[in-house]
Amino acid sequence: MTAETRSLIDPQATATAADAAEPLLRTVDLTRHFHLGGILSKQTLHAVDDVSVSIAEREIVALVGESGSGKSTVARLLAMAYKPTRGEIYYRGRSVHSFHSRKDLLWYRGQVPMVFQDPYSSINPVFRVSHGVMRNLQLHRPNLGAAQRREEAARVFDVVGLTPSTDMLRKFPYEMSGGQRQRVGFAQALAVQPRLILADEPVSMLDVSIRAGILNLMVDLRERESVSILYITHDIASARYVADRIIVMYAGHVVETGPADVVLARSKHPYTQLLLSAVPDPREPISVSASPTIGEPPRVVNPTEGCRFRWRCPVAVEECSRVTPRLRTLGPAHSAACHVATADPA
Amino acid sequence: MPSPILEVRDLCVDYVTNSGDVRAVDHVDLTVEAGEFLAIVGESGCGKSTLLFAIAQLLSPPAEISGGSVIFKGNDMVQLSPSELRHMRWRDYSVVMQSAMNALNPMKSIEAQFKDAMAAHGNMSAEAMRNRSAEVLKLVGVDAVHLRSYPHQLSGGMRQRAMIAMALLFTPDLVIMDEPTSALDVVAQRSLMIQIKELQDRLGFAVIFVTHDMSLVSHYSARLAVMYGGQIAEAARTASLFEKPLHPYSVGLLDAFPSIHGPRRVLTGIPGSPPDLARPPAGCRFQPRCPQAMPECAVRQPGLYSVGDSMVRCLLYEAAQPGRPE
Repeated sequence: MTAETRSLIDPQATATAADAAEPLLRTVDLTRHFHLGGILSKQTLHAVDDVSVSIAEREIVALVGESGSGKSTVARLLAMAYKPTRGEIYYRGRSVHSFHSRKDLLWYRGQVPMVFQDPYSSINPVFRVSHGVMRNLQLHRPNLGAAQRREEAARVFDVVGLTPSTDMLRKFPYEMSGGQRQRVGFAQALAVQPRLILADEPVSMLDVSIRAGILNLMVDLRERESVSILYITHDIASARYVADRIIVMYAGHVVETGPADVVLARSKHPYTQLLLSAVPDPREPISVSASPTIGEPPRVVNPTEGCRFRWRCPVAVEECSRVTPRLRTLGPAHSAACHVATADPA
Repeated sequence: MPSPILEVRDLCVDYVTNSGDVRAVDHVDLTVEAGEFLAIVGESGCGKSTLLFAIAQLLSPPAEISGGSVIFKGNDMVQLSPSELRHMRWRDYSVVMQSAMNALNPMKSIEAQFKDAMAAHGNMSAEAMRNRSAEVLKLVGVDAVHLRSYPHQLSGGMRQRAMIAMALLFTPDLVIMDEPTSALDVVAQRSLMIQIKELQDRLGFAVIFVTHDMSLVSHYSARLAVMYGGQIAEAARTASLFEKPLHPYSVGLLDAFPSIHGPRRVLTGIPGSPPDLARPPAGCRFQPRCPQAMPECAVRQPGLYSVGDSMVRCLLYEAAQPGRPE
């Protein structure tokens, strides 16, 4: 692993970020709270708290968590759809909050486009599927002439496997299957020559037999178009399949991060272990470790100090209800936010 | 040998449209023994939910049953009148819908909804109804204080449990479940599956469980029916289907999802997309996507052949049929 792909999760590493190669994108203490109820209400939902992550060039990072863990909020923060309550996002070393002009914002959105979860509602049904791609090209690459735009649209359709592209570009969304529509989503993102694609649960609405194709497409795009991908998912098995690195979120916090294979083989955080034990795998005998009554992730409203997983945690100690655990390095590029987890033996 | 409580024979369901009928369920045969857990697996549009609705007699126009029978406890459900059916619903069989978010009435407390179902079936005292409600809710692991809760006050998992509790009010012989876990997270999903299985072992009802996720039911169902394009593609014991899938579609499905164990290997998935049932392919419905397709597959429809304990709809297995001249 190169210095560039090294995780910059732990705070010590951010101090040395200046001399290490700057990653493509990096967040520092990214936080987003939502006010709940009327104007007199003092309730605040902590959707994302102090998330510091980095994504290197040509890296596929999977952000894994259950619903309500804050993973989609992170994607929206990175896409500048939400303003962070606190914290910074650095893109190639520049803080995105310094982008104010339309030109800068357009440039950033072209560099970091998003692919949405639902291919049935994220494409405008009244236009041919070429519409989204052509519009993106017009907006983000104004120096292209009409003929060049058509050429480029055909190229990105070819890249995402919508062939023959001349026929496919003329179709309406209703003429396409879910898998094909999701490919249109990726083609739209590709048209703007992105460096990082934010893919928010791109396969969860698709049929099982179609999913593998989209997962393979993501791996393929990294190879052929040299893009990085933030793959947001609740399915840790698919995360392992496509990603170099996995970041596990729970209730707004990053609880574990590390190389995909290491996180799966030697998971440190009890939540990651719980997630892994819950994955149904017909090739394995059923495990009976987890009790059936373990609950669901909490909505983090006005949280107090302490680990947010402690109510469901089988190994919680007294300290967990007093002190919020910080990410600690427990192995090479592998860290977890748990008081109980122990480091790899040296 | 336990007697079957449900026998579906040659069932066909058509959606009547202006541009012709679309056959969503095409000559399906199924048998469910008392206390059995049968899973029906298939992709969206394969007809699995339509089949379920046909069994439960919940179809509404434009869908209609155009042939076949559904024999449940000796009655042909297709012939029963609405009032006869109403008498059987909840009491003899119940249905758990896909999204409890939409299946529960948001304006009524859980207790009021339970009461509605019970009041429709004879005369229980208010107290008996309250006790029974608390009892079934505890059965599914939800505290009885939530009887007074409204659906929006419960989490997704709890709502789904409340739906299952409601289905168990009269301890029916058959509980039909349409993807009850698909809106839940993996952890909640697993705990719900374990719960369903435990309840089934304890109370002895039969389950028909419809899902798109084969791996989900791998540990819970005794038998598995794989549907494709409105037809049963393969029906087999769950263990043997996972060990040695016969139909190329089953093989593809098993190869389509990544594992968290063992070496990472490239997934192929299944190229193409499911058939348009308004214009099904002439021969085998899976032939356009099948890696093992033969020229014959494009012209001739395969029958359902038995191979060992399993049934499979694929011409590859036709030769193995006894009594067929070579």
